[in-house]
Amino acid sequence: MKDLLNRYGLLLTTVFAVLTGFWILVLVVLPNIYLFEHSFKPYLPVAELGGPKDVYSLDNYLTFFRSPIHISVFVWTVVYSALVTVICFLIAYPLAYYLSKVSARALLPTIFLLLFIPLWVSEVLRSFAWFIILALKGPLNASLLGLGIIEDPVRWISGFRGVIIGLVYTYVLFMLFPLYNAIQSLDTNQIEAAEDLGAPWWRTHWRVILPHAKPGIASGSVMVFMLSAGSILVPTLLASTNSRWFTEIIQQWMFESQDWNTGSAYAFLLLILCTVFVSVVMRVFRVKLSDIAK
Amino acid sequence: MRQVRSTDWLFHLYLVLFLAYMLVPLIVMGGAAFNDSRFPSVYPWVGWTDRWFVELWADKRMWNAFANTIYVALAVVAISVPIGTAAAIVINSIAGTTRSVLYALMVAPILTPGAVIGISTLLFWNGVGNAAGSEFFLFKAGLHMSVLGQVSFIAAFVMLLVLARLQSFDRGLEEAALDLGASHSQVMRRILLPHLYPAIGAGAAIGFFQSIENFNVTLFTRGTYDTLTVYVFSKVRTGITPTINALALIMITATLLGAVGYEIIRRRRERRLAGR
Repeated sequence: MKDLLNRYGLLLTTVFAVLTGFWILVLVVLPNIYLFEHSFKPYLPVAELGGPKDVYSLDNYLTFFRSPIHISVFVWTVVYSALVTVICFLIAYPLAYYLSKVSARALLPTIFLLLFIPLWVSEVLRSFAWFIILALKGPLNASLLGLGIIEDPVRWISGFRGVIIGLVYTYVLFMLFPLYNAIQSLDTNQIEAAEDLGAPWWRTHWRVILPHAKPGIASGSVMVFMLSAGSILVPTLLASTNSRWFTEIIQQWMFESQDWNTGSAYAFLLLILCTVFVSVVMRVFRVKLSDIAK
Repeated sequence: MRQVRSTDWLFHLYLVLFLAYMLVPLIVMGGAAFNDSRFPSVYPWVGWTDRWFVELWADKRMWNAFANTIYVALAVVAISVPIGTAAAIVINSIAGTTRSVLYALMVAPILTPGAVIGISTLLFWNGVGNAAGSEFFLFKAGLHMSVLGQVSFIAAFVMLLVLARLQSFDRGLEEAALDLGASHSQVMRRILLPHLYPAIGAGAAIGFFQSIENFNVTLFTRGTYDTLTVYVFSKVRTGITPTINALALIMITATLLGAVGYEIIRRRRERRLAGR
């Protein structure tokens, strides 16, 4: 703080402090504390607010733990988000390696330009694109039938299949870019040294490149998992009747039941899930928060 | 330079397949905008038409949503750029535990699901309104609340970009200017800010795009207002027509033009630097 004062004077320091304070306190910390507090309050008509019934309780959370359906939706959301994260990693890793160590330098800007286009197209349109492609009488089935690969049209949007396809497509780039950044910072000489010393290609990856890519893997996994578990668009557009996502239940509490307090308890569970995931990843990959965020 | 391997063609093939995987769905979606079929698809192809564009142009609700989206995005940029820049300067000049705690609080919104940000923003301002016993519109859901919710995480992107740029700043310049009698605001205006402009510009651009495509935060805070993403979403859910594809094609084209324009500027700048 003293350093700040010396460098920028009283007026500017005050401006910086007020702006930062407004952001951290008013936009981040207080709303989350409020969310936490309200998740323990009962849902009451306005007249009874502040009355004898307006006391803290665990009821909203018990609603969740007493509902086998909600628990199973929660568990499946976690399982399938983790699956999506793994699939994204498997798709993105060879590509990140190729882009950072194999491909011609001159082509990179053009390749990245092409990759940035789907990234900047909004999520709702990207899931809508797959909604069209995966339709029973859509182009995918038509071309597969035409090529003779399948006999009958496949019902792609059944179970969690449509959701997984959509989530992988929508979020794979959030895995690719951190991985690329991490692998790019590895000295190519290290890879060559490993090869000169007789390491087979898979061991070079396992012992040299993957360990170096850890911050990228951590960062990509956290982003993909968080975005998948918190996705609203993809599960709504590409879900079948028997694949429900946890965010859809939160929406139900907020919009259909208008019970904001139970809604905030459920939102808080989602927040806990993501926090736990971030801390597990930080522990497993031994990385700091500053490695994960950018 | 790494030598060429016999397996490299596999990687080339993989890259081509991946690019196709990323881009073909967008082409299919855009192509369906020209198909004269009531359900949006490229197959079966019924015939060329431009009527979906005409219908889209006549859709008042779309124009309203479009205007709202631009207002929100501009407001988000106007608020999150100063906040993010100030926060980066603060973080850069403190150390120790305070720094790590503040840093964690600042990047936390990036790692928080949008639904949680939206709900907590909505509840908090609503609660403040109730406590003040006020019916003032600012405490009700609406676009201004979407702005606040979006700023909470977009400011973090700006902060990270500016902070990265600050690492390459030479403090000596600041001290020299102060020693030579410059005032603090002169140092800020003439030395620090010019160094940060590239990062601030990039932050503003990213913030603008992030805001336009935001859905999760907006859904919970918007009240009865539409933004483009919400408009598309509700259209897809209720009365699905190829006007959405027409809109998608326009948005993709705009993105493409923006990206190509950015690339041209970047290459020109690179050439100029190389020519020095």
